[in-house]
Amino acid sequence: MVSKEQIMSSRERILSAIAGVPSESKKLPEIPAFRLAGDLEELFATAIMGNKGEVLSKEEFEKWLPTMHFSKVISLSNHFKTHSTHELPEDPHELEDLGLAILEGQLGVAENGAIWMEDSNLGLRALPFITEHLAIVLDRNKLVETMHQGYDLIGNASSGFGLFIAGPSKTADIEQSLVIGAHGAKSLRVVLI
Amino acid sequence: MSHPANATEFLKDQAKAKWHDETLWFVRDKRDRISKTIPEWETLRELASQIKDHVLANLGSYLEDFERNALKNGIHIHWATDAEEHNQHVLRILQEKNCKAIVKSKSILTEECHLNPYLEKHGIEVVDTDLGERIVQFLNQPPSHIVLPAIHLKKGEISDLFHEKLQTEKGNHDPTYLTQAARIHLREKFLGAKVAITGVNFGIAETGEFVVCTNEGNADMGVHLADVHIACMGIEKILPRRKDLGVFLRLLARSATGQPITNYNSHFRSPARGKEIHIILVDNGRTAQLAREKFKNSLKCIRCGACMNTCPIYRRSGGFSYGSTVPGPIGSILSPGLDMKKHSTLPFASTLCGSCSDVCPVKINIHEQLYEWRQEITKTHGEFGKGLSMKLASGIFKSPLAYKISGSLMRSALKTLPDSLIYHPLNTWGKSRNLPETPKETFQQWYQKNRS
Repeated sequence: MVSKEQIMSSRERILSAIAGVPSESKKLPEIPAFRLAGDLEELFATAIMGNKGEVLSKEEFEKWLPTMHFSKVISLSNHFKTHSTHELPEDPHELEDLGLAILEGQLGVAENGAIWMEDSNLGLRALPFITEHLAIVLDRNKLVETMHQGYDLIGNASSGFGLFIAGPSKTADIEQSLVIGAHGAKSLRVVLI
Repeated sequence: MSHPANATEFLKDQAKAKWHDETLWFVRDKRDRISKTIPEWETLRELASQIKDHVLANLGSYLEDFERNALKNGIHIHWATDAEEHNQHVLRILQEKNCKAIVKSKSILTEECHLNPYLEKHGIEVVDTDLGERIVQFLNQPPSHIVLPAIHLKKGEISDLFHEKLQTEKGNHDPTYLTQAARIHLREKFLGAKVAITGVNFGIAETGEFVVCTNEGNADMGVHLADVHIACMGIEKILPRRKDLGVFLRLLARSATGQPITNYNSHFRSPARGKEIHIILVDNGRTAQLAREKFKNSLKCIRCGACMNTCPIYRRSGGFSYGSTVPGPIGSILSPGLDMKKHSTLPFASTLCGSCSDVCPVKINIHEQLYEWRQEITKTHGEFGKGLSMKLASGIFKSPLAYKISGSLMRSALKTLPDSLIYHPLNTWGKSRNLPETPKETFQQWYQKNRS
């Protein structure tokens, strides 16, 4: 005879094992709105610097850009439309030789420098990772204090992909020595508008 | 192999062991400093603990919510009761896609399931893309730490390894140079892989999305270039609400490495056009642990590694001494649940100082559980080793006459006992311990002479 156990799917077996565990009711706590005192722009810039990125003004960024002589730039930011040298391709593999991506962020978190972006900001999901250098344009009025205010603002809006990006790609896997540019972007510049 | 035997091996290279100890303490110190900049730090830990307690008390319904919402988002869901079934799911997806080479970012779960050797046996090339994991993969080693996989290696060793595997200059130990070489090597792998595997840091029941955190960006490089993303997720990784991430992302990186947040925190909700996302929900002993009242809350762990960095034993014995996928204090309370016999020495690899519980961001009572596991293990294995001498001692203490006789016997024995017996390799007690100087008379004799 086949036992009930054998004909159950793995899903049913896992869920029934869980159901078999007696548990007392534990309340899901509400999360208070923890605040952060201080000048948000200053806190945000300090945090980005700590993450090995940099915060610049529009003028500073425009001064820096020509010094790099990028041969391939893709800008999805309305503030820097004219700097694009190439259109966004269909296939992200064609971005392999991309020098600079200029994208727009939705909000920045002052406590840690994290910037929220979604599919609508990215064009292709691989873009902020595969590019050699990354610039994110952010409205200085879109700075919030902590991650809690960040998630309040984002809500449950449905984007297929969203991310908090807080700095360039980095690693300390060799003897704990910090190295910038492990696999993804070798630098992050945040342009506050 | 037992933990003490492995630790002895690790301690043979004293200079390296000292470096290991100091480096991890430095990471612990960074965690302390950054946590003190957050006035609500303790409240956040309490919240995280309560949220996880609530999830464990309602795990079934949250898993069903998560599954329903993920399916609605166009994600494929697979369930696996054990490691074998997990590996079979992965292999089946790879075979369906006719895929022979994959890239994988850090996932402790796939280590736990021994996915790499399984796939390699079936002719699939697996490339671990986290730099530390790639290094240990080249050496055919598992990670020695869940956050810092190659912390047991010095840059000279990595330089020699890269010279052999990646043709870097001999003798060039510069971490920037070595990382750059790995970047070039791995970029080729990213561009060529059709399927990418990641772990999961958090799964959100109300949205059906999952979050993956890295500093290197290797998880994203893999999945956004591949056609298929397989995410391997332990069933305990669930959080009820998206806003709970606010609490956990504030705690995770600060506890792990002392940084305010990981540089990439990716939220995957639905696949990009023309692509696929698969989630494998894995039990592999988790429901059994859930049923152990004393040990269930070890499932709250978010794999930050803070308990390892602070542990005086871990720092001085290295990750490999534990012989389990998750080493350190948290590994020592998780692993006996998977195989008590194999991991019977781990709960003893602790001073019970409690520092692990003090730094744990989800407030797991790690040191208390270590103590509880000792009771369980002694109950099962009590007749061996130390157990015998303890039983003997208990008999002696119960009878006053036996105590008196054995006392005078011991005093003369301790004086005449040859060192070779005390420090005999079979007597584990004698290791790192010295016998006390024996007094000339008993306390009773002394009392009668001086006070009566």
